[in-house]
Parts: sequence; C-alpha cells; structure tokens
Amino acid sequence: MSEEATSHPLKKAKHQRLALVVVAVIVLVAAALIATWALRNQASFFYVPSEIVSDPPPAGQAVRLGGMVEAGSLVTKPDGVTIDFVVGDGDARVPVEYKGIVPDLFQEGSGVVAEGRMLANGTFRADTLLAKHDENYIPRELQDMTAAQKQAAIEETTK
Amino acid sequence: MIAELGLAALWLAAALAVLQLVFGTIFTLKSAEKAEFSQIVRPAAAMQGVLCALSFLILTWLFARTDLSVKLVAMNSHSMKPMIFKIAGTWGNHEGSMLLWVTVMAMAGALIALIERRLPERTMMATLAAQAFVGLGFYAFLLFSSNPFERLDPPALEGMGLNPLLQDIGLAFHPPTLYFGYVGLSVAFSFAVGALLTRQVTPDFARAMRPWVLGAWIFLTVGITAGSYWAYYELGWGGWWFWDPVENASLMPWLAATALLHSVSVLAARDALRAWTIMLGVVAFSMSMVGTFLVRSGILTSVHAFAVDPERGSFLLALLAIYIGGALLVFAMRAGSVTEGERFSLVSREGALVVNNVMLSAILGVVLLGTLYPLLTEAFDVRVSVGPPYFNPVSAIFALPMLLVMAVGPLLRWRHDSAKRIRPELILIAVLGLVTLAGVVAFAGIAVLPTLGIALAVVVIVASVMPLRGRKLRLLPLATWGMVIAHLGIGVSLLGMASETAFTQEKLAAVKVGDTTQVGPWTVKLDRIDPVAGPNWTALEGVLEASYRGGKPVTIDPQSRNFWSPPQETNESALITRWNGQLYAVLGREAGEGRWQLRLWWKPLVTLIWIGGMMVALGGALALIGRVYTDLRRRRVMRKAVERRSEASA
Repeated sequence: MSEEATSHPLKKAKHQRLALVVVAVIVLVAAALIATWALRNQASFFYVPSEIVSDPPPAGQAVRLGGMVEAGSLVTKPDGVTIDFVVGDGDARVPVEYKGIVPDLFQEGSGVVAEGRMLANGTFRADTLLAKHDENYIPRELQDMTAAQKQAAIEETTK
Repeated sequence: MIAELGLAALWLAAALAVLQLVFGTIFTLKSAEKAEFSQIVRPAAAMQGVLCALSFLILTWLFARTDLSVKLVAMNSHSMKPMIFKIAGTWGNHEGSMLLWVTVMAMAGALIALIERRLPERTMMATLAAQAFVGLGFYAFLLFSSNPFERLDPPALEGMGLNPLLQDIGLAFHPPTLYFGYVGLSVAFSFAVGALLTRQVTPDFARAMRPWVLGAWIFLTVGITAGSYWAYYELGWGGWWFWDPVENASLMPWLAATALLHSVSVLAARDALRAWTIMLGVVAFSMSMVGTFLVRSGILTSVHAFAVDPERGSFLLALLAIYIGGALLVFAMRAGSVTEGERFSLVSREGALVVNNVMLSAILGVVLLGTLYPLLTEAFDVRVSVGPPYFNPVSAIFALPMLLVMAVGPLLRWRHDSAKRIRPELILIAVLGLVTLAGVVAFAGIAVLPTLGIALAVVVIVASVMPLRGRKLRLLPLATWGMVIAHLGIGVSLLGMASETAFTQEKLAAVKVGDTTQVGPWTVKLDRIDPVAGPNWTALEGVLEASYRGGKPVTIDPQSRNFWSPPQETNESALITRWNGQLYAVLGREAGEGRWQLRLWWKPLVTLIWIGGMMVALGGALALIGRVYTDLRRRRVMRKAVERRSEASA
C-alpha cells in the first residue's frame, strides 16, 4: 500500500479494524440473544377453548383464542359497539367480550380467531377479531381443531 | 392461438437462458481460447428480455380481453371488472406475478448486457451467467408448475373475479413495485457472484453494481411506503404497520439493501469493505427470495396471503436453498482471496457506516427471527403469533443507536477523523436532543419509545441538513443532495410514527342519524346513510360532516361495500387530511335503534410517515441520477480521449 496508508493517523488502523469486527460480533450476538429472549416472552400462544379452560394462561398475557362462535350467544350491549359472545370447540366454552367494529364475515356459527387476553373472571377480552378474510383464506389456527370441527369450520368459511 | 404464442416465447427465452449460462460459464473458465463466446452471451441476454416482454404483453392482452379459454384469466378475472383492474389482474395472481418477476429480471439482464462496459469481459460473462442461472430457476418454476397460459376446455362462461381487497388502484401497482426492487437485488447478486468468481472486487465493480442497488432500494422504499398507506386506508384498522409477515417480507430486503447501498458506496469511493459488500449482496438477494417465498407459498398466515399452495412453497424453498447455498459456498471458497481493502480508523465516515451496517444487520436478524419463529415452533406443534410487543421494542434497541450514528456519520471525513473537529456540531445535536427529550417528558407524558422517537427525530432532521453547512449549494453534487434528503426523510418519517403512536385519539360509538360525536379536536355529525352502487359492488355510505375546532364542516363518506364477484364485504375508510394530521372514519354495522357504529381516529402528524418515506425515495432517485450522469460524462470524456489519441497517431 501507499506510504500514506501506513503513516501516523492509521498506525492503529489494524487494531481498530479488529475492534470493529469485535463490536460487530458483539452486537449481532446481542441481537440474537435479545430476540430469543423477547420471543419467549412476547410471542402470543394460540389456544382452543378446551385448552384455555383446562390450562389457562396467566391473566393479562397476550394470547389468541380460536374456535366457533356459538349460535345464539351473540349479544350487543346497549352502547351499540360492545358485543359478548361465546367461543366453543365442542368440549369447552369461553365467554368473549369485544368492543369495536366486527370484521365483515364475523357471524354466529362461523370460525373466529380472537387476539386478546384472559381476564381474572374467566372472560376473554378480545382486542382484535379475525374472521374469514377471503374465499381462499381460513385462519390457519383452525387447523388445530378436531376433524369434525375443522370440517364444520371449512364448510362454514368456504361456502 | 395467441396464448400459445406467449408460451412459446417463454420457452424460447428459457432456451436462451441455457445458452447464456453455458457460454458464459465456458468463457469465464477459459476466456483465452473462447473469446468469441462473449459474442453469443450478450445477444442471448438481450433477446431473452425481448421474448419475456412479449410473453408478458400477451398475458396482459389476454386479461384485457378477458379471454376465458385461458384458465388463469377465468380463475382471476371477470368481464364486468373495470379495465384498469383487468390489466392489473395480470399480475394480481400467482402465475402472472411470477411471469412479471421473470420478465423484469430478463429485461434487467438485457440492459446490463447492452450497456455495461466498465468491467473486464470475464467478470461481465460470469455476471451474465449467474443472472441466467437465477433466471432458469424461475423459468422452470413457471413452465413446469405455474404455466400462466394453460387453456381451459371448454372455456368458462364467466370469470371468478379478483379479490375485492385487491381492486384498488394503489394495490394494483404495489406488487410490481416490490418486484422491481427484488429483481434489482438479483442483478446486484449476479454482479457480486461475477466479481467474486473472477476476483474483481474493485471500485469499478462497486460503481457498476451501485445503480442497481440504488434502483432496487428506491423501488423497495416506494413499495413499502405505498404498501403501508394501502394497509392504513384499505384495511380500515387505523394502523400503518402491522408487522405482518408480508410486510416483513418487503422490509427485510429493504434493510439489507440499505446496508448494501452504503457499503457499496464505501467500496466505490474508498476501496474498503470488499468482502462485506459481497456478503451483503448475497444477503440482500437472499432476503428478496425469502420475501417471495413467504408471500408466494402462503406458509405464514397473513392479512395479505391470497395464494396458499404448499407445492409452490416447496419449489421456491428449493430455489432459495440452491441460490443461497451456492452463493455462500462460492463466498466461502473465494472470500479468502478477496484481499483486505484500504484501511480506515474507527472515527471516520467508513467507521460510522460500518456501525450502521452492523445495526441494520441486527435489525434484519431480529425481524427475520420474529417472522420465522411461528414456523419454527409449529414444527414442535406449538402455535404462536409474533406481533408488535416483540418487534417494536426489540428493533428499537438497535434502531435508536443506528439513527444517532446516522445523524453524526455524514459529518465525519473519510478515512480518519476526530470527534474534536466536529465538536460544535456534536454539542448542538446533543443539546437539541436533550432539550426535546426533557420537553416531551415534562409536557406530554407519553410512553418511552415515542418519547425517544420524537427527540431522535428532531436530532436526525437537524443533523441531516448539517452537511450542507459552509458548502456552495449550487455546486453540491446531486448524490450529496440525495443523501441529505433521504436522511431528512428518515427523520420526518420517524416524527410521524412517534407522533401517531403517542397522540392518536380514538372514538368508537353508535351514533343516531343527525347526532354528533367528538374525537380530539373534531366534531363529527352523522348526516345520513345512503345506499350507493359501483360497477361491481353495492354499498351503504355514511355521510359525515366533520368540523375541526368548530370550523367549516367538511363532508366525508365512509362506506361498507358488498362485492358480488366474489361475494365479500369491505370497509372503505374515509379521510380528511390537514397539515397537522388526519381524521380517519370507518362505518360499521347498524347497532339497533337507528344507530350506526362509527369508528373515528384523530391522528396528529400521521401523514409525515409517508411523506418521509417518499422523501427517502426521492433522495435515492437524486443520488441515482447524479451517479448515472457522472458515469455518462466520464464515459464521454474517455471516448474523446481515445479519439484524440487515435487522431494523433494517425
């Protein structure tokens, strides 16, 4: 290399290059560790009603609940924007409350995935409801249900 | 007949790609004996571009005419659809979008074959061979598993329509924009492989590669910005980023391209970061393949997923493995032969860029892990979803220091500098940041991340124009203007994000016709509900009169639309944009007693998010124009010099 490249200000350059590599490795390892740790804590697990009843997650932890909206369970509160309904999977039933505009294809007897958390009183408070999104799309989590429930969900969501 | 012509053109293009690969490889291996082979490779690449373009035009023509004897048209179009959506329907489906991908890629290959003359011929041939190799995977994919020209016998009587959510002018041009970005990165990848194979990792190589990286990056920036705005107004959820797998699929290549863009500039200007630039070239293309895989395979559930097919997923996964595995293998074999570049000290512009590159890579890793985590756990039969509670804080840990370095970096000199020299600027930045921070903490009392975001946005906005100080603005190179505007755009966008997160006000209410409700500074009156009809939908339209702080009322009309082919309901949100924010209104269902559900948001400064994004893209465009112009001028000067010399000797 040229005379200049090895002259005074860059004498330490080789060490600094090493320092940069070390910094890079540390940052990337830290990223991996932090990400793994955060994923363990922040990923929201998917439950079907029988699981959430037999082995409930801690109250307040973000989870997703998937199942069928029970026929005849849907009640609109007097404020006009809060609804109560029951999500069931044939074995267990979970009361759900939701405040907001329901998705287009949300209805009694059809499949739904609710994002939210369990309250201490055993009610599930949903922040978001996901229903059938388009004619090709079935919430993937519904695949977790028993064959009969799945069949019912598929028939319902692909009709 | 015309469909068969399209298919024939595609087969011919694939055959030319084989030719390009074989002759390009032979030339690379033994250029001395086979010099004439380069005479075949360039025309083959050019002709491939023409044939693919022809094939794509034919498919567009079939869609425009709604030729229902073609299966793809029958499955995805409808004679009643407006013409613009018929045409956009060409790439609004799996097969068509893959054909678009191949077409853009072939045309990019044609372009480098025709105009790129800077690099040694061997490197060029290796690059074109790599380009053909990548292309062939997609040709195979199209021809063997997703033939867009397949016939339907007997023809359908009517088409099945296009998902109404996709019948939106913004979305019609969204996927192609991202594809241009992905494909640009594939060219950068081919250059990287070519340079690595022929041991030509030089500043010239960086200059040849840079326009493609810049171009890809501009398209990705525009695509992400537009996609975010689309999700914001079309989904009716009021959010502008959901960390949805499909959004991440476009963000990850962008992060890698941003890192690559900066390291390729170091290589071009200073001949440093050689191996790192090659590595990023491989990573950036890998990310666009991962993106395509995630979107096209439907392996992850997503609000965007509209083509779910595991078979195609496996094919794409195999392609991904071959390209990335192959490239990493070549890298492992040849990286040792890439000699160390020019040195630089830690406090220098190169040093700052390296830190930024590392931070970008860390964010990329965080997003990639979060996006793939549900897939990993599913292997153990545990279903999880990963959302903002993970992505926001974890990416912020690396984004915040990165933005600080981004503010300071451009003030540093190349090669060697000291903090002492720019002390006044550093003090100004620090004081500004701390004062803003204290002000926000004292008066606004908002969450940690938005607070830091606002302070950092102010720092970035001020620091990004600092490189202009003491310079003659008229003489400043276009590329420098580009950098300043792009960095400014990042600050502006960040300000919008932080402000939206911190200060948004929401109102959800059931409102009787004639009644009013309040959200933030707005008073909104539900005037009436009207039935309306469009070309392929009917809707209920809420007519709202909204007035800002008691001012003159403005009418907006959110709709709840019913499409009939395919049958589906969508909520069309309505917006009022002011300089200081947006009012966002969604009409829900009837709530009994003559009431209607209304969901209203007041989102201060939210538009800055997308204005900032477009500024970033504009900065990229200015830099691209500046670089290409400089290159052309250099080329002209060189040609003149050669002419003069030959005249003198004659």
